[in-house]
Amino acid sequence: MPPSAPASALSDVTASDSTLRRFLHGLPGVDAVGLEARAASLGTRSIKTTAKAYAIDLAISMVDLTTLEGADTPGKVRALGAKAVHPDPTDRTTPTTAAVCVYPDMVAVAKEAVAGSGVKVASVATAFPAGRAALEVKLADVREAVAAGADEIDMVIDRGAFLAGRYLKVYDEIVAVKEACGTNARLKVIFETGELSTYDNIRRASWLGMLAGADFIKTSTGKVAVNATPPNTLLMLEAVRDFRALTGVQVGVKPAGGIRTSKDAIKFLVLVNETAGADWLDNHWFRFGASSLLNDLLMQRQKLATGRYSGPDYVTVD
Amino acid sequence: MSEKTEQQRLTVFKTYKLYVGGKFPRSESGRVYEVTDSKGNWLANAPQSSRKDARDAVVAARKAFGAWSGATAYNRGQVLYRVAEMLEGRREQFVREVAEAEGLSKSKAAAVVDATIDRWVWYAGWTDKISQVVGGANPVAGPYFNLSSPEPSGVVAVVAPQESSFLGLVSVVAPVIATGNTAVVIASEKAPLPALSLGEVLATSDVPGGVVNVLSGRTAEIAAPLAAHQDVNAIDLAGADEGLAKELEIAAADNLKRVLRPQPVDYFETPGIERLTAFLETKTVWHPTGSLGASGSSY
Repeated sequence: MPPSAPASALSDVTASDSTLRRFLHGLPGVDAVGLEARAASLGTRSIKTTAKAYAIDLAISMVDLTTLEGADTPGKVRALGAKAVHPDPTDRTTPTTAAVCVYPDMVAVAKEAVAGSGVKVASVATAFPAGRAALEVKLADVREAVAAGADEIDMVIDRGAFLAGRYLKVYDEIVAVKEACGTNARLKVIFETGELSTYDNIRRASWLGMLAGADFIKTSTGKVAVNATPPNTLLMLEAVRDFRALTGVQVGVKPAGGIRTSKDAIKFLVLVNETAGADWLDNHWFRFGASSLLNDLLMQRQKLATGRYSGPDYVTVD
Repeated sequence: MSEKTEQQRLTVFKTYKLYVGGKFPRSESGRVYEVTDSKGNWLANAPQSSRKDARDAVVAARKAFGAWSGATAYNRGQVLYRVAEMLEGRREQFVREVAEAEGLSKSKAAAVVDATIDRWVWYAGWTDKISQVVGGANPVAGPYFNLSSPEPSGVVAVVAPQESSFLGLVSVVAPVIATGNTAVVIASEKAPLPALSLGEVLATSDVPGGVVNVLSGRTAEIAAPLAAHQDVNAIDLAGADEGLAKELEIAAADNLKRVLRPQPVDYFETPGIERLTAFLETKTVWHPTGSLGASGSSY
């Protein structure tokens, strides 16, 4: 998608603010109508029976079970951890979720709650969700979370700087955070697509994030009006596909916020398969940032197993 | 000239639609079936609901339950009375629909519609009285108050009577919602049009969307998933024949639904409160009084 430059060409684009700007603004413009039409048409695929059962289990295994409230207590985080390990206690064949996602001060509690299960602990950091703090503060936030044992860090970019066109500042910040993550923690970069205004900006942000070394690019914080939508996720999937074609480096994608039903989740999985390819159909490369989605997936799973519709009385309230 | 245009005017046919969550969707399946009058003449196409329509209706009914059951009984009475007001305004339409559906003369159909409107008013009056009749303070030997109060069961699936398409329908739906339940109603399979038009009346009354959801189609096809549905709390089998009723009762046993079996009813008779109490749970609380001093309560 970017000009058919050899991979080595990408090493130059971050040399200065102007080269980076030239590269990002040189990315082809997004055909908004075509993008939305494609996302909508892929959403009409009918996924039934065994394919549906596979998709539901896959989706459960991709959930980053999230609680990001001011009112989070250690008890709530422990409950969430228990749910991540055994999403449906009545059916032990249910896969575990990919991770639990909490604020940095809850990482230690979450870590203990999921110990030994393979469920990862993700932590938002860098002055989530606004990202309005000095770089030192953000880095301290990240180091704190990593030291407490976080396996993944979800950072927010400085949207103000991005929208003002100061791409190198955003780039440097991501690089610094990546460094603070060390070698063990994977970095997810949140663009807050709802605040980026245009599809062109989302494409630029995706490339900026990947150039800076993001392991995952993530749509949103879940704290603004517009969160993950099929079109903006499709756009990011195209970006990771093209980035791998160009550099050989695979980057994950995480839509977050506003995905509440199994039907929606399956639509996203179709997008993944048809856009990035089956390589991304794994919780190492694709995640859902969600909380209520898991209950709907579990109810659908029960429906498939028993043949009768389940209800909210048969899943946990959280 | 004006007479001529009058004659040439094409009749505007009504598209009958389901009533789910306060909206008027077509069946998710896209299917319709032909509805005929008692002589076999075509009347309209009605949506033929699928099990997914039933599922959506349950979701809508569950969503509406909190606010409707939490509304004061007095308020619910006012809302139900408002339904009667709206029905009165559409009397002519319902007389026609009932006459066609049940093969009645115009005057007999008018009597049915009048009785139906009166039935709404009758149940509207019961909303704030039922708890005094079936609840209250229980006499106990001890320093306690012991109080019982009726509470709605939850989401109730209603298989509406097959023959009495309007009076029978209202006679089974009104008591369910009067006490604060929400309802998923399967209209008479042969004569669903009065029920679907009732949806339009409910939408223009003050009944919140989702409190009553009306589905038309093959009774057995829609009732089966509702009877097995884990989020339905009770089922009224008024319109199920013997074989179907047995099947549904077995399916309903799985999550211990309340089941009201079909029984012969003359819908013109003034009903008792059986249908009101059929979908109520009784909550009983013990409240310690402490010792009463000369000044009254000790606390």
